[in-house]
Amino acid sequence: MKLTGFLFLLAGWLIVLAAVALLAPALPRSAFVLAGLGVEVLGLIFVVRSHLTVRGGRE
Amino acid sequence: MTLSTRSTLSDSAFIICIFSVLLVPFALAGLSLINAGLGRSRSAAHSMLASLCVPAVAALAYFACGFAWQGFSGRPAHLLLVAGRQWNWIAAQPFFFRGLELEGSPASLSAWLQMLSVGLAALIPLGGGADRWRLGASCLSTALLAGFTYPLFAHWVWGGGWLAQLGVNYGLGHGFVDAGGSSAIHVVGGFTALAIVWILGPRRGKYTMDGLPTAIPGHNAVFVLFGCLLALVGWLGLNCAGAILFTGVESGQVALIAVNTTLAAASAALMAAATTRLRFGKPDASLSANGWVSGLVASSAPCAFVNPAAAVLIGLAAGVLVTFTIEWLEARLAMDDPGGAISVHAVAGCWGVLALGLFARFPSPILNTVGHSRSGSAGAATGQWLAQLVGIATLLGFVLPLTYGLNWLLNRFYPYRVAEEGERQGMDLHELGASAYPDFAIHSDELMPR
Repeated sequence: MKLTGFLFLLAGWLIVLAAVALLAPALPRSAFVLAGLGVEVLGLIFVVRSHLTVRGGRE
Repeated sequence: MTLSTRSTLSDSAFIICIFSVLLVPFALAGLSLINAGLGRSRSAAHSMLASLCVPAVAALAYFACGFAWQGFSGRPAHLLLVAGRQWNWIAAQPFFFRGLELEGSPASLSAWLQMLSVGLAALIPLGGGADRWRLGASCLSTALLAGFTYPLFAHWVWGGGWLAQLGVNYGLGHGFVDAGGSSAIHVVGGFTALAIVWILGPRRGKYTMDGLPTAIPGHNAVFVLFGCLLALVGWLGLNCAGAILFTGVESGQVALIAVNTTLAAASAALMAAATTRLRFGKPDASLSANGWVSGLVASSAPCAFVNPAAAVLIGLAAGVLVTFTIEWLEARLAMDDPGGAISVHAVAGCWGVLALGLFARFPSPILNTVGHSRSGSAGAATGQWLAQLVGIATLLGFVLPLTYGLNWLLNRFYPYRVAEEGERQGMDLHELGASAYPDFAIHSDELMPR
């Protein structure tokens, strides 16, 4: 789950980069940047949960 | 190639810049005292020694290769062609400051400021890894941070890199703007602290078998609170020098920068004290201190571009954010961060970056040292908030995985965490062989198994 989380973080960033580079109109560009950030937040949740699981496993 | 609008500074800007950079070591001293005070007494000497070694390693690593990657706006850089536009992604300077004439040019002042700033960024993870992070490991991790991670992102923001070019290339306001280092110094340091906290795991005894956190209070509130006052002096220098060198504001703006920095810190500390008073019945000294520093951190990015009322608002929000996130990270997400580094630097830093996009009014159409932006005009800039969001997305989606990956790899070869026995004894005795307070027997459990 940790690796998936980090891949989501990276994927979200690439969506943001693609939105900036490829979309000119303000509305779709903003929407895709926000969507990329949403993917990053999802990735962060995965990474945090993976560390909670590891800690729980140790105990 | 794009670039620079400035190759020299006016006399007044030069003098203010020199004086400001001279103040920056106070920020390092303040943060060192805060980290030591929030840790255990049995690790105090270790913490202070690490606070000396880490900036030393950072300065040397930055000298060896950091400046080569970071560069300065207008100096040689590698460019990528993306969808018909040039993206400046990394500097192309020689190693060991070769080719940099240390004669008072903005580039040479930047190199001096950055040697100190990278030390400040490297001190931040020490707060997260307190009481269990080996001295050698913290130095190695710092070499990675100062030698690569920090310079790369700092180039994108301050070296005329692609984030700074977002205004010129894509009409997003003035591009990503960060005058004093909320992102390049504090979020980068805060995310490194997050990676270190994840890699090290919590201190022994921090969580019960049921997963409930136990309180391990800092050993010296006087260190912590005095550190806050020292940090203010350092931050005034950091914000003034950064704004002049990296965003190109006029020297007359220094008064506004100083007022905003002070107001943000003051309102954040008072808000944190009031929040803890309301929640726990009494104001909490360490959380109020964290509030003060979070106000300083949040003020760094927008200090030159917001009015004092907005600075107060930014500080108030930072004060609330830090008190709730510290508790949330510790209780709900099981992150043992003794110095509050993640909340104070990463969370408040992101808030500062975003706040610039929300509240900033720009004094001139030329900003950010990469030339006129497409939407360039005095006043509010169209799309500035989007440029700031792209910066935050880069920190979260690129810098965090990068710093976690590098530290995870290093931990495989050189374990970061001290041995169990060492943690029980305390870092002072285990790693240094002598305690910070040899005349006092102030803990009875150091040699007893738990």
